[in-house]
Amino acid sequence: MTKKQNEIDKISGVQTTGHEWDGIKELDNPMPRWWLIVFYLCIIWAIGYWVVYPAWPTLSGDGERGGTEGSQGWTQYKQLKEAQAEIVARKAVYQGRFDQASYAEIKEDPSLYAFALAGGKAAFGDNCATCHGTGGAGASGYPNLNDDDWLWGGDIDAIEQTLRYGVRSGHDEARFNEMPAFGSFMDTADIQAVADYVYAVAHGEALPEAGEAIFDEQCSVCHGSAGVGVQELGGPKLADAIWLYGGSKSDIVAQIRNPKHGIMPAWDGRLSDSTIRQLTVYVHSLGGGE
Amino acid sequence: MTDTAAPLKLFVKKERIFPKRVWGKFRKIKWLSMVTLLGIYYLAPFIRWDRGPHAPDQAILIDMPARRAYFFFIEIWPQEVYYLTGLLILAAIGLFLVTSLLGRVWCGYACPQTVWTDLFVWVERIVQGDRAKRQRLYQAPWSFEKLWKLGLTHSAWLVIGMLTGGAWVFYFNDAPTLIEQIVHLDVPWSVLGWIIALTLSTYVMAGFAREQVCIYMCPYARFQSAMFDKDTLVIGYDELRGEQRGKHKKGESWEGRGHCIDCTACVQVCPVGIDIRDGLQMECIACGLCIDACNDIMHKLELPPDLIRYDTPHNQECRKEGKPEYFSLFRLRTFYYIAIMTVVGGAILFGLLNRSETELHVLHDRNPMFVQLSNGDIRNGYDIKILNKTQEDRIFSLSAEGLTGLTLKAQGAGELDAGSLLVFADSVGHFRVFAFAPKPETTRSDIRFVLQEKETEAREEYETLFVSGKQ
Ligand code: SF4
Ligand code: SF4
Repeated sequence: MTKKQNEIDKISGVQTTGHEWDGIKELDNPMPRWWLIVFYLCIIWAIGYWVVYPAWPTLSGDGERGGTEGSQGWTQYKQLKEAQAEIVARKAVYQGRFDQASYAEIKEDPSLYAFALAGGKAAFGDNCATCHGTGGAGASGYPNLNDDDWLWGGDIDAIEQTLRYGVRSGHDEARFNEMPAFGSFMDTADIQAVADYVYAVAHGEALPEAGEAIFDEQCSVCHGSAGVGVQELGGPKLADAIWLYGGSKSDIVAQIRNPKHGIMPAWDGRLSDSTIRQLTVYVHSLGGGE
Repeated sequence: MTDTAAPLKLFVKKERIFPKRVWGKFRKIKWLSMVTLLGIYYLAPFIRWDRGPHAPDQAILIDMPARRAYFFFIEIWPQEVYYLTGLLILAAIGLFLVTSLLGRVWCGYACPQTVWTDLFVWVERIVQGDRAKRQRLYQAPWSFEKLWKLGLTHSAWLVIGMLTGGAWVFYFNDAPTLIEQIVHLDVPWSVLGWIIALTLSTYVMAGFAREQVCIYMCPYARFQSAMFDKDTLVIGYDELRGEQRGKHKKGESWEGRGHCIDCTACVQVCPVGIDIRDGLQMECIACGLCIDACNDIMHKLELPPDLIRYDTPHNQECRKEGKPEYFSLFRLRTFYYIAIMTVVGGAILFGLLNRSETELHVLHDRNPMFVQLSNGDIRNGYDIKILNKTQEDRIFSLSAEGLTGLTLKAQGAGELDAGSLLVFADSVGHFRVFAFAPKPETTRSDIRFVLQEKETEAREEYETLFVSGKQ
């Protein structure tokens, strides 16, 4: 290909660059002036940027800077820290009052109550939702926190206690109970009879006599007479519509024979005191709190 | 194309236009409209309107932080911005109607670009003199005189620009408070940003871009020819009467020649720099200044006025063919426009007159959808929003219907009772409410929340769901 230089385009009178594609020649028009001005301004801007901001990578690696310092000493890390400090400061307006207030006072103060709910909701999502679900609705084996059935009590202090020390968590203060595995010492017919009795209690049917005697003897200590439950011992109420491990007859039999026991961890020491209190208010607010 | 043809210029450099001063009827109308429009613009935010203790008393205010817009007796909430849509439609169709009847009168007299350009040209003339002087100064080499004259012009432009931006922000803030803040140089950044932005845009648009905005940037200039027909008023040069044009000596007879003496007065005053005698052109903003200029000449020549005038293409044709004059205001399109405006205006009016002062919104909980209680009853949770658009605190009672044994319980800070929910003036009350019912036969039932104001009969309903099975 021969390069024709200095050719003048006949129509526009502009010199061509000598480049040609399929018979179309590129004109060598100068850059528009506004374009050049913008370009030079960008260069000036870039130089200014080098000076003002950290621009050149260095190996200082102190976590605050990843490069040259910049005349303003600005870093993203610093900006993040400031933003975080601002959040803390904004929270502090309520935090102090919240820490001083009793649950009754919190409930009466709309701003503190909203503060507790917001913090509690976030903490719940981080720590509790794994087992109890994001809305606290639980699942089989994981109690529903929205309903009005509480294994260990649903008033605000009882909820705090459970949250703080857990259930069967190994903590000294933990809630603890354990249902014996009746399958190892009770024969099948008796288990069946007790299961029938429990089912009848829950559904308000006529109580079979056979199971009643065994229930009174073996179960009523924890579950109360006629299955009304004993919250102090964590004995679940049986005379209701809510079941942790299922309410069908076979579920009941399975639970009597070889019971499952859930574990709730103790949050004391793992979450701050204030967070536990916020969680308490939040869980209590879910609707089932007594 | 032959080799010898002069090279074509692909880009034409902007030529600076120095409109000459002119007197006359249309110039007067332009002054009047400028003063009126600027007056409205600058003074409107200071009009007060008493709305009681809970609302601002500025007649026209767009309160961004509080999300309210006020226009005299009208108050608009964010969910009612469709009123604004209606207003914009009205304005647009109104503009179409006027354009189809009178041509570009908006462009010539009322468009902010025209008004501010006019103002800037006036400043230019005061400082630098009229057309010839300005032209000379423009071409002259730099001198002390040129420096101070241009400096003064541009400073004045910047001041006007600043006042433009300064007035704008009053529509979004309480004007007297903001004035105080400005006096104490304690202006919020948002306000300062707007002032700067509008100062610069006014300076650039009215100082430099001027007619270029009308010709190259304005979208309306592009499509308003769609509103034109042969009965639309346009600026026209009466060719029949004007041609053959040519110089004319005093006392000479007008026999056998046209009335145009080719003095170019009409060209010199034109703010968009065209010669109207070449016929109607896309650049012409129908400002009528060429009419004033030519009528002045005609007056001096003791000839009848209106060699250039507002005319319709149809009438021009009629005259050429020797037919009687013809004007018609009412055409199919004008009826269309009027009809649309009536419908939209009616809808807005209807909406405003029937605007509810209370609104109820109910949002069913999704997680969990429902909760079974130990006695077998079902509980559903709802987020309730009650909009109180009046200026008084009101107490509402909330109830629900549609299921046997349905009861409500409000939950929140303090002791709440669904039977008496307090919503403050001009605000949204946000409540959490639980609905209880014995387990229904169906897994989902339709229920209805009913909101009733305690003192008045005001009643709002909201249909929603009560879920009781199958998560
Ligand atoms: S031609 Fe006449 S009406 Fe049109 S813009 Fe120029 S002066 Fe105004
Ligand atoms: S001002 Fe009137 S007379 Fe003078 S050139 Fe224009 S049309 Fe002709």
